[in-house]
Amino acid sequence: MLEIRDLHANAGGKEILRGINLSVRPGEVHAIMGPNGSGKSTLANVLAGREAVEVTRGEVLYRGRNLLALSPEERAWEGIFLAFQYPVEIPGVSTLYLLKAGVNAIRKHRGEPEFDAIEFMALVKEKLKLVEMDPAFLNRSVNEGFSGGEKKRNEILQMAVLDPALAILDETDSGLDIDALRVVANGVNALRDGRRSMLVITHYQRLLNYIVPDKVHVLSQGRIALSGDRTLALDLEKKGYAWVENHDGGDRATAP
Amino acid sequence: MIGSREPRDHYLEIFRAREAARGGARDWTAPLRRGALDAFAAAGFPTTRQEAWRHTSVAPILAVPFGPDGDTGRNGITREAIERYTFEPWDCSHLVFVNGRFSPALSRLRPLPEGVVVTSLAEAVAKHRDLVEPHLGRIAATEGRPFTALNTAMLADGAFIGVPDRVVVPGDIHLLHVSTPHGGPVVSWPRTLVVAGTGSQVAVVESFVSHGAPGPCFTSPVSEVVVGDGAGVEHYRIQREGDKTSHVAGIVARVGRNGSFGSWNVSLGGALTRNDLECVLGGEGAQCRLDGLYVGTGTQHVDNHTSIDHVRPHCSSQEFYKGVLDGHARGVFDGRIIVRPDAQKTDAHQVNRNLILSEDALVDTKPQLEIFADDVKCTHGATVGQLEDDALFYLRSRAIGLEMARNLLIQAFMSEILHRIRIDAIRAGLECLLYTRMPHGHRPEGCV
Repeated sequence: MLEIRDLHANAGGKEILRGINLSVRPGEVHAIMGPNGSGKSTLANVLAGREAVEVTRGEVLYRGRNLLALSPEERAWEGIFLAFQYPVEIPGVSTLYLLKAGVNAIRKHRGEPEFDAIEFMALVKEKLKLVEMDPAFLNRSVNEGFSGGEKKRNEILQMAVLDPALAILDETDSGLDIDALRVVANGVNALRDGRRSMLVITHYQRLLNYIVPDKVHVLSQGRIALSGDRTLALDLEKKGYAWVENHDGGDRATAP
Repeated sequence: MIGSREPRDHYLEIFRAREAARGGARDWTAPLRRGALDAFAAAGFPTTRQEAWRHTSVAPILAVPFGPDGDTGRNGITREAIERYTFEPWDCSHLVFVNGRFSPALSRLRPLPEGVVVTSLAEAVAKHRDLVEPHLGRIAATEGRPFTALNTAMLADGAFIGVPDRVVVPGDIHLLHVSTPHGGPVVSWPRTLVVAGTGSQVAVVESFVSHGAPGPCFTSPVSEVVVGDGAGVEHYRIQREGDKTSHVAGIVARVGRNGSFGSWNVSLGGALTRNDLECVLGGEGAQCRLDGLYVGTGTQHVDNHTSIDHVRPHCSSQEFYKGVLDGHARGVFDGRIIVRPDAQKTDAHQVNRNLILSEDALVDTKPQLEIFADDVKCTHGATVGQLEDDALFYLRSRAIGLEMARNLLIQAFMSEILHRIRIDAIRAGLECLLYTRMPHGHRPEGCV
């Protein structure tokens, strides 16, 4: 599904990613962890197509295609979704409108017939249940006046409606209390279907108790320092990120 | 210069010709018009050396030999032709004016409560002198205001709306001003007078449109609005003239004790637009709300100068103007608020937001606060910005193409003002009009 080879990228004039290598197969859930400044968000932004990030070396293949050559909307048409860490407010554009426009743009790209208002409402109402959101949110401006938890749930709602093949969740747990976290995680888990891949970017291990990953990668100074299965995350919680920095470049098997 | 003449002399000559055409028949407005002509002659047309006209040059108007339309017919305009300008479906009275003259054949009045007078100004001057004389020319000052003075001097026709005390006029009144070039460059001076008695209510919409083959037109309207004690007047202006039209307008409202004046001022058309909108809060507890939207593309120039005068205590004013500028357009906003020494407990708020869509578009925005009382609340704010990158990226990441994303955000910006328009037919009509300029945005329901 996703092949990242020797990816180097700059943001804000500094080199942040210094050679990322990552391989994700369909249906897999990979967790990306790391301390602040390790490049987690930069990686998410490269994959989503943020212009502020400059790729200097390496390649990213999505289903065999060069992802970096696609615009943000083309990536969405191809089935990539990014759940933002800080979802922006868009006064004057309702969530319902946003989703219908997006879904129909994807369907148009695939040569499928567009949904009319009634068909679309039926689809959305189903997905609302996954994130325990009230239909009243649909007519409000996107994220305007939403609490942190509501914004994150709105991201997962959008993910559910847009039905991506590859979802990147950028610190979806940041700023959430336990109850909000549970709702968001339930929504994400409900969307695991063995074909959809996910990259779950997180600073804390806690989220991974709810969204159990197939693989865990730890970023350090722009590279994946360690990879392993879910137990790596538990080790990390016990030993802290500094432990990783001392064992840079290893696979789980070689770390003491 | 107009030919070999100074522009001022060109218009003085037009005045003389019109006076001669009246055949010496004097009416009671003669002294008013004569005095206004003297004020115009004394002031002359403004130059950019004057502060109030610093950003707006009227040279393009002064270079053209505009003349009034001598045809008293309707220039071949049919009822069907103007239907596209009437924001149907809309249950209201329509008064249609062609190049400043009332056209009964194109107009239709719905039934009105007893005592309400809705008629052409020419007829009101002739038949309702008692209602008109106390106010005509007394609300909009002419000294130092050459365009208002010229309009008053050229007074011939327009609309008069008189509402007796405590009468609520159901339905809206639409004054449709059509300018159409007629053989040569045409100037028209529509004049509107609205007098709302104590405790009355009325809503008036003035539209300005261009019709027929494009040609240079100069529309110079003046509207005077008297809001009696405890009365409520809504005044909407929708300017959507063609790109060969210059539009210089004066609107002055005087609000009595506990009265309220609402103004919605939308400028979409014209090559050169200048609106001077003034509201005097002359009685305790008076309030006004001034909303505005101006959209400029290509080489359009749109200048809104507003003035809110808090004369008495406990008055409140809310002002919210938004501008969208693209291409090489130029926008100007100058919002003056005066709080006189007696105007304690004044509550005044002014906001101007501008969206710039191109590298070459420009806006000049300036609040002017003159506060002479000490117990007041007065806030003002102005912003000039571009489409938010974060918002654009968010929409694109949700599969919305760049052009549609831009248009959605532009429409969202404008919708904040449009949603403040109470009259559904106007709001829907404007949404459609604006959508046709941005076909890849959100298509409102009912738009073709």
